[in-house]
Amino acid sequence: MAEAGEKTMPTRIAGSLEHMGRAAVAGIAEIGLGAALFVQSLFWIVIGHRRAQPVRIAATFARCMEVGIQAIPIVTLMSITIGIMLAIQGIYTLRVFGAEEQVTIGIGISVVREFGPLITGIIIAGRTGSSLAARIGTMQISQEIDALQVMGINPVRFIVAPALIAMAIMVPILTFWADLVMLAGAGWYVSVDLGMSLPAYVDRITEIVVLEDLFHGLYKAVLFSVLITLVGVINGTSVTGGAEGVGKMTTRSVVLSISAIIITDMVFAYVTTR
Amino acid sequence: MNEPALKSDSAYVRPDLTNAQTMVEVHGLVTHYGTREILHGIDFDVREGEIMVIMGGSGSGKSTLLKALLGLLRPTSGAVRILREDLNAISDVERTKLRRKMGVAFQGGALFSSLNVLENIMLPLREHTALDLNTMRIMARMKMQVVNLSGFEDLMPAELSGGMIKRAAFARAIVMDPRVLFCDEPSAGLDPVVASTIDDLILTLRDAMGMSIVVVTHELESAFRIADRICVLDQGHILMVGTVDEVKSSSNERIQNLLNRRTEEVELDPEEYLRRLTAAND
Repeated sequence: MAEAGEKTMPTRIAGSLEHMGRAAVAGIAEIGLGAALFVQSLFWIVIGHRRAQPVRIAATFARCMEVGIQAIPIVTLMSITIGIMLAIQGIYTLRVFGAEEQVTIGIGISVVREFGPLITGIIIAGRTGSSLAARIGTMQISQEIDALQVMGINPVRFIVAPALIAMAIMVPILTFWADLVMLAGAGWYVSVDLGMSLPAYVDRITEIVVLEDLFHGLYKAVLFSVLITLVGVINGTSVTGGAEGVGKMTTRSVVLSISAIIITDMVFAYVTTR
Repeated sequence: MNEPALKSDSAYVRPDLTNAQTMVEVHGLVTHYGTREILHGIDFDVREGEIMVIMGGSGSGKSTLLKALLGLLRPTSGAVRILREDLNAISDVERTKLRRKMGVAFQGGALFSSLNVLENIMLPLREHTALDLNTMRIMARMKMQVVNLSGFEDLMPAELSGGMIKRAAFARAIVMDPRVLFCDEPSAGLDPVVASTIDDLILTLRDAMGMSIVVVTHELESAFRIADRICVLDQGHILMVGTVDEVKSSSNERIQNLLNRRTEEVELDPEEYLRRLTAAND
């Protein structure tokens, strides 16, 4: 009995290979689903009004408030903190060479190109991505999605498209705001620690940071916003099994969208800066 | 137990529907979940102004059948025709048009939790008509009157009782004046008194608005009270389609078991049983 039940090495390898294969197929299916969702959303945004089924401006505006305006306090707080942290670490590192004054180069470029969009993306993934997944998951369980469908209201148009528009508008704006606040936070620390005057700091920053750097960050923000929305929606729609299912998929949504953001960030940086 | 149902049976004069138009037609419907076949070839029709009750215990496939009727589940084979249009063969645009003539009252109401009652009821009007807001409000209030929910416009769904949620769901389902209304377990989760008022509501809707109504339920009392015809579903098969009296007097053992709430001993082949037990170890 024990011998028959014990799995031999080849079967174990075959089993794990099969498992990997299944996971890969499921992952690819999910990416496909995301692409389909994105295309469908664009379709409704562009074609909707011609079919007398427009993407509602009021709904989009409400989402904008939720995604953007209500996130300002937390984004501001995190940005100031990270700005100061960057200044502290930058000065500490450059002190080795006695080149503390050069810290503005590192701060300016890294904030606008990297930290602004990345931190905003992560905050929004935790805030909006999760709430999107939870909201759609709950709607799925309470048959609200079914209700939309049988009412002849396309759920993608009604729920996904407004969220996508709101995210694509608000995340870059929030990123820009985060850039400013981070630079201000870093500037404050630099002026205190190195005795550099604030106007001099601003001069240095505007000298170093060019528009291309700024847009590099903002393009990424748009990309992140789309990723967060799609990951949230896909996880929301695949909720099964009540409240526990909603919790599970919400967590999954946050983990996946943050991973997706970081990986995309690296790929984007590699492709555009080489 | 059947006393009140019988009483209202004799009091209620059922309309003659023999020559009425067919509104819903299901033909050879087979559906699968994965590889498991759930419905094994379902055929029935619903005539104009008729209340058809689809009755069956849990696991009979009635929820699946409703999903297929609503076009939420694509059948493997067979057809669902609503108002003579094949739900699965028409284009998206045509299906959206067809759905404006269908109303659905879901089991849990499926009201949108972010909208208040009036906004919920107005939603189909907002999305499908170009009426001005005032007209839409008036129309929604009229439907709220029909379902006896006037005065609760500004409440949120979370603030409603079970019976009120069902009423609001009915109001939303009929706001576009559909030709066919589908109700999923209308009296489930309600106390008997409230449940009977929901039955009254269904009868009123048919009589006042001439809708065809398909009700999916497992509640015998409610089914006998409102049904013109009953479609008895069991393990994915239709046992019979007939009037209340025909169903009650049916000699079919499974139907009698269902009516008398006898649980069935499912005969199990010993080999099949062994296979089931060992299947988990594969």
